[in-house]
Amino acid sequence: MTGKEPNKDLRSAVRLTPEKEADLTAQLLELADTDVKRCIQCGRCTANCPMAKHMDLVPSRMMWELKNGRASVVLAAGSPWDCLSCFACETRCPRGLNPAGVMEAARLLSIRPAGAPVLTAEDVAKLDPGMPQQAIVAAYRKFSK
Amino acid sequence: MQKIGVFVCWCGSNIAATVDVARVVAAAKGIPGVAFAADYKYMCSEQGQQLIADSVRQYGLNRIVVCSCSPRMHEKTFRACAERCGVNPYQVEIANIREQCAWILKDKEQATRKAIALMKAAVAKVQLDTPLQPGESTVVKRALVIGGGIAGIETALDIADAGYKVDIVEKEPSIGGKMAQLDKTFPTLDCSACILTPKMVDAAQHPNIRIFTYSEVEEVRGFVGQFEVDIRKKARSVKADICSGCGICTTKCPSRKADSEFDAGLRKRGAIYIPFAQAIPKVPVIDRAHCLKFQTGKCGVCSLVCPNKAIDYTQQDEIVTEQYGAIVLATGFDLLDLKHFGDLGWGRSKDIITSLQLERLTNAGGPTEGHLVCPSTGRQPKKVVIVSCVGSRDTSGRGKTYCSKICCMYNAKHAMYIREKYPDTDVTVFYIDVRTPGKGFDEFQRRAVEEYGVHYIRGLVGKVDVHKDGTLHLTASDLNSGRQLEMEPDLIVLAAAVTASPDARKIAGLVTASIDNDGFYVEAHPKLRPVESPTAGIFLSGMCQGPKDIPETVSQAGAAAVKAIGLLSKDKLLTNPCTARCNEAVCSGCQSCVKVCPYGAIEAVEKTVITLEGKKEQRSVAVVNEALCQGCGACTVACPSGAMDLKGFSNQEIMAEVDALCW
Repeated sequence: MTGKEPNKDLRSAVRLTPEKEADLTAQLLELADTDVKRCIQCGRCTANCPMAKHMDLVPSRMMWELKNGRASVVLAAGSPWDCLSCFACETRCPRGLNPAGVMEAARLLSIRPAGAPVLTAEDVAKLDPGMPQQAIVAAYRKFSK
Repeated sequence: MQKIGVFVCWCGSNIAATVDVARVVAAAKGIPGVAFAADYKYMCSEQGQQLIADSVRQYGLNRIVVCSCSPRMHEKTFRACAERCGVNPYQVEIANIREQCAWILKDKEQATRKAIALMKAAVAKVQLDTPLQPGESTVVKRALVIGGGIAGIETALDIADAGYKVDIVEKEPSIGGKMAQLDKTFPTLDCSACILTPKMVDAAQHPNIRIFTYSEVEEVRGFVGQFEVDIRKKARSVKADICSGCGICTTKCPSRKADSEFDAGLRKRGAIYIPFAQAIPKVPVIDRAHCLKFQTGKCGVCSLVCPNKAIDYTQQDEIVTEQYGAIVLATGFDLLDLKHFGDLGWGRSKDIITSLQLERLTNAGGPTEGHLVCPSTGRQPKKVVIVSCVGSRDTSGRGKTYCSKICCMYNAKHAMYIREKYPDTDVTVFYIDVRTPGKGFDEFQRRAVEEYGVHYIRGLVGKVDVHKDGTLHLTASDLNSGRQLEMEPDLIVLAAAVTASPDARKIAGLVTASIDNDGFYVEAHPKLRPVESPTAGIFLSGMCQGPKDIPETVSQAGAAAVKAIGLLSKDKLLTNPCTARCNEAVCSGCQSCVKVCPYGAIEAVEKTVITLEGKKEQRSVAVVNEALCQGCGACTVACPSGAMDLKGFSNQEIMAEVDALCW
């Protein structure tokens, strides 16, 4: 797996009207079911994340963007697809929040509009054998449009 | 004949903006017994009180209802006003139409109707109010200070200097507390011992101060002005009066298993020990759990080497009972037990220490004589990491929800110590926010960065790995650059959260002081009565009330002393006349009230009573000691026969209020 360029300007990649942004943020927060307003930006999620080095948007930044109503930035990032769902971030968050849950919500929200699973059984053989199992399982998750 | 005056306050716009005060006045005028009703912009002002006084004179009022703010705010004000114009202060009722009405309602119609209902309830009660007279009680001219740290010492010195006797009770073998363990103090970096030790000596030599060390408060009886306290003087196993403090016993003791409390576990101490060189009193104590003589019966070395024959293995705990007028709580603080922080390496390496342990490592009186070393190797660390907020601002349940307040400053202090003494050692502080309000405080923290070259990284440490060879590896976040980083420090210092002393809860139970969910004592008012407990005669000094630094602790200690002196300087106190009363004719002697009374104010007494049928009968009935009763009313609820009643809040009065609300 190759490291992505961190902190590339994800914000400039997205142009949504304020209403659409607010709607997207509300959808993401509802799916994530964690109170991002309680985040105090201590960074323990990023510090604990085994994949943080490979992410373009580290977990603490993701929480920050979401807290400030910019779900589009989270959805434009590759980080949700790097997340291993190991939940180290949730276990060690001093505020009891769940950044991994936000990652999961971002994945769901990205694949929902596609209307079909991003991964089919035939694709598995073609995958990089080093790909984490959690990521494959996540891609098979039940979803609906 | 009853002549009731109803006074409706606007409280500026606080009440008047939501409640139609004119309608409340009009409604009051229609109630039988109400001789006068009026509204005024600020009833608590001098002019407002004058309006009450003039109306009493003009209309011959003998009962007063004030519709205003909470009785907690101004009941005293209006009672005093009533007394000045000849109305019994216990025939004044407050209808709370601000906090319980105007502030919580938005709709003016709804608020006005509620205000009228509350006014009617107060009028119904005031009609049944009987005139009550407070009794008098004397004040014992001596104060008790529980805790002998800087807070307790400062409070005791201030009270003693004012000419009153003070006793300090300290559970450890020496006074001094946590401040005695510190190396230097912020923001001036002066030596902690140099400024504390003279105060300890002053306290020890003051003719008005008695110090009970290695002692604990066992039981507290009585009430404000007349507390009676049992103090347990734990057996030192050393005769304090003949011990010269030479310390030979402590050096010869063969037991070296116990961790030194004073050196925060960084050193072992003997079973007989003096906690530190400047200890007061300089008398050793035998820790019986670790003493070979007590555990196996074989040893007795200390007794053999003592030149004064001061060792006494047969010494017993002693209970001293003393009377006090005031009690000051100064039970201090503790650091959070980091057992839930194994991810930060706690308990897995000797080189991961708390801030208090670092103080001991840099202190000239500490186990390394002030040389900063890694406890595992004894070598000077080249890379030190300090982690802030370990267990502070934590709502996950592992730590404490509050900010511990002192850590940002002592982290800067520690970083400076280290850079000052060892310029080749690199120091990195990981933080969430740097919080340094206070005189010269932010400048102090900036000096750490600008002059001492301390690295401050916004972000926290995530996980610490301890390798087989003992080296440390950590991952952390650098939030400003949005990256994760790794480091291999030699020493990690965890700024553990401040917690209330575990003894605080026990002592709160003994003196019936309130404590919050975190175990800190609650003040009577967060802004206006910050050094008093809601329980009369109990005052708060220092960290036991909440996290604070030394300058703040000393200020609060002085304030608590002034409040205690204010109490001790009175010859007589007026007692609360709203006490429980037993209707002996109805009392069955079941003693339910005796069991629920938190003040021990009720006892069952065998006596001749006249029954409801008018017959004389010899039986056991409840008798209330009015001096002890605080008027909490628990007995009135517990009483199955309705014999117990509370003066000023009788069952009849409460029912009249409820009836009025249900009209």
